[in-house]
Amino acid sequence: MRTPIMSFCAVVATSFALNAAEVLPTDVKYEDGAVAQSLTGVAGDPAEGRKIVSNKSLGNCVACHTATDLAEIPFHGEIGPMLDGAGDRWSEAELRGIVANAKMMFDGSMMPSFYKTEGFTRPGKAYTGKAADDTFAPLLTAQQIEDVVAYLVTLKD
Amino acid sequence: MTLLKNTLSAVAVLSIMGAAVSAEPADDTLILNEETEMVTKTAAPSHLSDALDEIYSGWLFRGTETRAMQADDFDNPGMIFVEQAEEVWNTPEGSEGKSCASCHGATDSMAGVRAVYPKWNEATGEVRTLEMQVNDCRENQMGAEKYGYTSGDMTNMVALISSVSRGLPINVAIDGPVAETWEKGKELYYTRTGQLELSCANCHEDSYGMMIRADHLSQGQINGFPVYRLKNTKLNSVHARFKGCVRDTRAETYNPGSPEFVALELYVASRGNGLSVEGPSIRN
Ligand code: HEC
Ligand code: HEC
Repeated sequence: MRTPIMSFCAVVATSFALNAAEVLPTDVKYEDGAVAQSLTGVAGDPAEGRKIVSNKSLGNCVACHTATDLAEIPFHGEIGPMLDGAGDRWSEAELRGIVANAKMMFDGSMMPSFYKTEGFTRPGKAYTGKAADDTFAPLLTAQQIEDVVAYLVTLKD
Repeated sequence: MTLLKNTLSAVAVLSIMGAAVSAEPADDTLILNEETEMVTKTAAPSHLSDALDEIYSGWLFRGTETRAMQADDFDNPGMIFVEQAEEVWNTPEGSEGKSCASCHGATDSMAGVRAVYPKWNEATGEVRTLEMQVNDCRENQMGAEKYGYTSGDMTNMVALISSVSRGLPINVAIDGPVAETWEKGKELYYTRTGQLELSCANCHEDSYGMMIRADHLSQGQINGFPVYRLKNTKLNSVHARFKGCVRDTRAETYNPGSPEFVALELYVASRGNGLSVEGPSIRN
């Protein structure tokens, strides 16, 4: 599992350098926990977002959340609320804020911040237990955040 | 994010075998070898009462088969390692030509010891874990090489020493000369580390009983250590477990045997004051 995670980080770092249109993690503007502006200007792909939400080495949102739409994925967690109806309860901007940095919406949330690069205590190099190095990148890329948001918007009751 | 991905396969195997993976701690009583009733659930110690009402052994969060396996020494694979350590206990080593038995006699002389560690050592002015004490005996009494902190030899020896305290209540001191170390351990317990920004408390105080992916979260008690894990089929030490949990927050871990993990061990042990010593226990 380690190699894919690390090469994934390497890809993230490169795409950062190349895509100047992206909003950097340190430049995201939160308003009451919501983020109005797309992080990339490119529409998110809900099918891709669904994969990221379910995939252990990407968002792994199912570690903490369950959703009826993801019934075929084994082992859902129950730390966070069920995602069914998230697209009704929250606007796109709010969902973007929650996925990018849930702590801006929910004070002290246990949910990790998926688009953040600073302010960590003892950040590590993925799951190696070693210190972070220059491959350190947010948990998801800007486009991956957009894909996840596009998927969450489709979760209507 | 791959939270404890390695346990996934072991859990999958267990659930195929029919082990119930439910949200609540099991309503079950652990009676060891049909004679010793263990305390796996009791009122939280007073220092913890503003955070938890009851404390639970990790045993109550494991499946039916795993729980049954631990109830009988003939079925507990951890006891094979205890037997190996029993031989080492009686074997002279080092420049002094002594074995553990030369100074301590039979292993049952160690009854009660596991229950009060980590504890203050007056002579050296430090908080000592059982591992540190074993190495002190090896170096200074036997003239033998120190064991690696989480090595098989060390963990097996700690399991032997734990095994003769099974059923006695954990009772580590938290005041007097250890108070400062205990406070440091408490701070570490509540610090959110790594890129996932999770503390021990997030998982083991706020979320015990819940599933995190395939894992049924316990209170992260250490009364059952060393634990035989079905996942890696050997005994695992407290600091190895701490390291794994910190790593899973995508953090830079502390080292086994480090002052930080010694402090954390003292604090976590004290959260289990009142539970029975169970080591070697069985977990996924
Ligand atoms: C470690 C646990 C954890 C992980 C991993 C996690 N979340 Fe959450 N999430 C939570 C918790 C807890 C809440 C509830 C908010 C609170 O009170 O903190 C939440 C809230 C939410 C909400 C609002 C739910 C509602 O309807 O009110 C959404 C949407 C959400 N998460 C999406 C995601 C997505 C998408 C991912 C992955 C990219 C993810 N979460 C990963 C724990 C987690
Ligand atoms: C991301 C969630 C998470 C965090 C954070 C976490 N753990 Fe764990 N821990 C687990 C899981 C999952 C297990 C395996 C199931 C269980 O026993 O809870 C576990 C098991 C344990 C066990 C074994 C319990 C037993 O009975 O065998 C101990 C001890 C432990 N954790 C201590 C800690 C300490 C101390 C910290 C902080 C340094 C910590 N954990 C942080 C998820 C976590």
